[in-house]
This record gives sequence, C-alpha cells and structure tokens, in this order.
Amino acid sequence: MEKFTTHVGTAVPLRRSNVDTDQIIPAVYLKRVTRTGFEDGLFAAWREDASFVLNNPAYAGATILVAGEDFGTGSSREHAVWALNDYGFRVVISPRFGDIFRGNSLKQGLLTVELSQEAVETLWDAIEKNPGAPVEVNLQAREVRSGEHVWPFAMDDFSRWRLLEGLDDIGLTLRHAEAITAFEATRPSFAVLVS
Amino acid sequence: MSRTLAQKVWDAHVVSQTAGEPDLLYIDLHLLHEVTSPQAFDGLRLAGRSVRRPDLTIATEDHNTPTDNLLTISDPVSRTQIETLRKNCAEFGVRLHPLGDPVQGVVHVMGPQQGLTQPGMTIVCGDSHTSTHGAFGALAFGIGTSEVEHVLATQTLPQGTPKQMAVTVTGELPSGVTAKDLILALITKVGTGGGRGYVVEYRGPAIEKLSMEGRMTVSNMSIEWGAKAGLIAPDETTFAWLKGRPFAPQGAQWDEAVAYWRTLKTDDDAVFDAEVVIDASTLTPFVTWGTNPGQGAPLSASVPDPESFATEADRAAARRAVEYMGLTPGTALKDVAVDVVFLGSCTNGRLEDLRAAAEVLRGRKVASGVRMLVVPGSAQVRAEAEEEGLNEVFTAAGAEWRFAGCSMCLGMNPDTLKPGERSASTSNRNFEGRQGKGGRTHLVSPAVAAATAVTGRLSAPADLV
Ligand code: SF4
Repeated sequence: MEKFTTHVGTAVPLRRSNVDTDQIIPAVYLKRVTRTGFEDGLFAAWREDASFVLNNPAYAGATILVAGEDFGTGSSREHAVWALNDYGFRVVISPRFGDIFRGNSLKQGLLTVELSQEAVETLWDAIEKNPGAPVEVNLQAREVRSGEHVWPFAMDDFSRWRLLEGLDDIGLTLRHAEAITAFEATRPSFAVLVS
Repeated sequence: MSRTLAQKVWDAHVVSQTAGEPDLLYIDLHLLHEVTSPQAFDGLRLAGRSVRRPDLTIATEDHNTPTDNLLTISDPVSRTQIETLRKNCAEFGVRLHPLGDPVQGVVHVMGPQQGLTQPGMTIVCGDSHTSTHGAFGALAFGIGTSEVEHVLATQTLPQGTPKQMAVTVTGELPSGVTAKDLILALITKVGTGGGRGYVVEYRGPAIEKLSMEGRMTVSNMSIEWGAKAGLIAPDETTFAWLKGRPFAPQGAQWDEAVAYWRTLKTDDDAVFDAEVVIDASTLTPFVTWGTNPGQGAPLSASVPDPESFATEADRAAARRAVEYMGLTPGTALKDVAVDVVFLGSCTNGRLEDLRAAAEVLRGRKVASGVRMLVVPGSAQVRAEAEEEGLNEVFTAAGAEWRFAGCSMCLGMNPDTLKPGERSASTSNRNFEGRQGKGGRTHLVSPAVAAATAVTGRLSAPADLV
C-alpha cells in the first residue's frame, strides 16, 4: 500500500447523500478479474449526463471528492475503491461512510475523512465558488484545511499508523502466526469442516 | 461481566489482543463467490501464499450464472470470471459448488441449507449480505476483497470493537404481514445509516415467533441500514432447523454443540449502547418508493411529497428518487403499475418464500403485459419446490420458472430490467440501476410480489378478490 501523509489537491463537490457502491461502480464492471483499470466504471451511469459534476472541466484533475452523508453504502465491492483510486482520487470526505467501504478504502490507501455536515456544506460552497482552490488533508495532524478553515477529523491511531507507514495488513497479522496456531488447537470438536 | 450475544461470540474468537490495535478474530467459515475473489487469489499468488484453511473455505457460483439454462454463459466476461473461480479453487484446494451441482446457489442460501451456518460461529464472505447468517446467532459480516485475501492467508481478521444495539420487536405480526415488511419498516424508521458502527441483535416476541427463513430475511437486510451484523439468539427453532443437515454435528457432538449453543444469549443485565423498539402489531405490508431501502412506506400509503421531509439532505434525496422512479407525489402506491415481478434472491429466495408466493398465485394468472421471474435461491430450493409442485403453480400462472442464482437481484447475468422498466422485487436493494440500467425497483415481500403480479399494480394478497 502507498503511504499517506499529507495530500494537497483540488476538490469536487458531489452534492448527493446515500451514494451507494452500485452508483460508484455499476455491477457490469465487476465482471473483470483484474485489479486495475476501473476508472471507466466510476459513476458510469451518472457520467453519461453532461451536467454531472465530474464532467465539469472546472474540476478536471481534482483528487478530493466531497460527498453528502452515507457515502459508500450497500455492496461490499472493493471495486468502488479501486475505481476512485484509478480515476485519481486520494481522499473522499463525507459526514458518514458505509462501514465496509470505509474498511476497504483504508486498506487501499484511499483516505476517507468524516467531517460534519456543516463542514461539508462549507467546503461545497467554497469549491463551487473557486474550483481551483487547494484543499489540504493532513493525516499526521488529522485535519483538513481550506482557505481560512481548519477542521480536525477523527481517525483511530492504528489505521492512521498503517496509512502513514503504508503497511500491509497480512504482514502485520502474520506477526501473530503462533497465536493463530495456538487458537486453532482450542477450537471445539464439533466445529464445521467443509472438506 | 454481563455480555451480549455478539460479545460472547466475539470473545470466543479472539486470537490476540494488543492495546491500541484491533482484536484479531478467528474466522470459522469463509464463503467465496466469483465476483469478489479473483483479485484476492491473485494477491496470494503474487505473495507466494497458500490458503491457510481450505477446510474452512467453500465457494459457489451465483452472481454471474445464467438462470435459463445450466450450460451456456453467453457473456464472455462473465464466463471468464466463473472459469477463474474454478481455476483458483482447483489450484488452492478449495471446495466449489459449480453451476449444475445440486448444492450450487446464492452463497447465503447455500450455507445455511447445508448446515454450514451454525450458532456461535464467525462467518465472513466478500459480500455485504453475509449478515444473513446472523439469523443463527453467528457473527457474520461482509468484507472487501483485500480482507478476503487476508482471511484466505491467515484465517483471521483484525476488527475494531463495534458498538452494540438491540432491536426489540414487541407484539405479534398481524396475519399477512411478514419478516420482509418488518425489516423494510424498520429501515424506513431508522434510515440507511442508522446502524452504522453497530452490531445489532434482533429480539423480542415477534422475532422469536419467526421461522428460520423469516429470521434470515431480517438479518439479511441488516446491512441496508448500515449495521455491521445482525444476530438473533439461537433457540429451539434454530436447533430443529439445523438438525440432520449435511454439516450439522451428529450424535454426541450434536448434544455437545447444542449445550454450548444454549449459552449463546444476551445476559439479562447486559447493556446495549442503543436500542430501537418496534411494535409488530402496528405493521402492515410495506414497500419502497425510492432509490434506497430507507425510502419506504406502507403499501396503503401514497408516494410522499419530497418537501415533507425534515432535512434538506432528505428532501434532495427524495426529489431525486421520485424523479428517477418516474413517480408523482400523492399517487397511491397501489396505483403504481409494474412491468416485471422478481421473486428470488438471498433475502426471499427460500422455500418458504416460494410457498408464500405460490399460495397467492394458485388458480390465478399473472396479469397480461407483466413478466414474472421465479428464481430459487439454490438448486436445492429448486428441487424441493418441484417436489411440492410449486413450479407447476408458477408456470400455470404464467410465471417463468428459472434455475438458481442471484439473477435480477443485481443483473450481472442476462436477467435485467430495461431502461424505464419498473419491478416489484423481493430482493434487498432498490438503488438506481441495480436491476439494470435505468430500471426502477420497488422492494416487496413474496406475498406482495405475487399479488402484484396478478393485478399488475403494487398489491397485497388482501386486495385480490
Ligand atoms: S442475491 Fe442479490 S444480494 Fe444476495 S448475494 Fe446475490 S446479488 Fe447479492
């Protein structure tokens, strides 16, 4: 996983709540067996509409997506995170994320930042007024800066450390290999075996 | 210390606990399907890792499978995905139930029917509806592909401790009101984010009275209101349902297992972080009108006025949903005409669901111009339904009797809505385009689906003369 420390980029306002992962990437794009190249599927249905915000040239090259409440609900498809990453996003900001989406994003180095609805609306207004304005997302300090605004955000220490160091989860777990083997010896005799 | 059911299951699976880190949980059963596993197997290969416990891992083909035949997967991309699963399972020694196998089916229908899903287990799958298995008192939740790879490699998952919520359902469901109506009404009440961060336990007299199928319908949709998992304490109904299934313990092991399972209930003085109470006796058949499962209403109500919602976010979402759905506020839901009725999915594709719909359809006809697809949740459900002659009821009514799979729940196979088409669907998601690009979905119970097929408009069985 790529390290995440601080990111400065421009942001795009997605004034919608309940953006489920079926919208982030529709099911037809899930048939692929590769892990890259999902940028074409990102918001595929919405992008057909010329007035959709991602089609606005003013936001070309934006790396921070600012969305309404309950972003990434629904299906567990990690493809949603891959699509956002492949399209060039490094950060998504929303008042609340779907649980599985959030877990997936933090595993892939896509930073999901929860800010209040009020902060999100302030950001929306700011980046609509001035699409080229830089937004800074600092994981070290756990804060987002835009113009004169500074918003702190919460991120548990463990997830933050993993992101800052770009650590691989499986590698971390394998530190406990002996404990896993020891645990297996204590499983009940009636535990299911499928083969 | 007093603990909830979920805490007991959690504690029994902690492999290691380190301050400042998530707990490392052991996973008893890992279910796989073709869509969310290929990149995980690739990851293993790249790192030179093997599957740690192939004996705790099982795969089936469901999302891409055709339901009009068992042999030809016409879309080459779908075919490649299925073939990739077959190759991966062969290479890594994972048991697979492929298309045509008598056990094949939607992963969350297959697991329980085989007796693989048992109380007190930890179960994961790269699929958000893994919450279904919580109906047995298992801690079951959906994971992403990176986590699939993690479980394949280590049989464990690091997990931060969730909060605990109780959903207490008092009273009794009125006749004609089902588990599906209950869960749809709950989601509308609490909103799609209402369960975020919680493991939920459904309890109370109305839950205890549900069959295992009904409990699975409720647990299945836990994810639709954001909950991590949705458990129901195991009881005699659970044990009776499990006994004799292929993977259920036998003989002395059965007795030992049941003795343990009986301890899996929330202690009387355990504390939940939050509680929601619903009076089942007030419920009526419930349907969705919008584009998320929290946008629902009693079937007897009308399409709401978006301006009637409390927050601007909800008003904006409702405006958008009503427009996408092609509805006019104030229209009686019972006047909404559908093109397609879909009976199936891991929410309502079990034998009891097919029976409920067949009972309504017996001696009746699907309205002209309406297409009804009946897709059993698994090959076994299909075989059992045929033994009872349910297939004949469906075909006599003019419905299509299909092979098992996810089918029109998400339309990865050829079963999709056309743009602008409207469905009444027993599945779990009414998201924009979920059942096909431009398609419009109303979530309903099997009984409402069947009655809707007969009248061509959203209807309850009580509306039929
Ligand atoms: S039936 Fe639908 S919800 Fe269930 S596993 Fe299949 S696609 Fe997912």
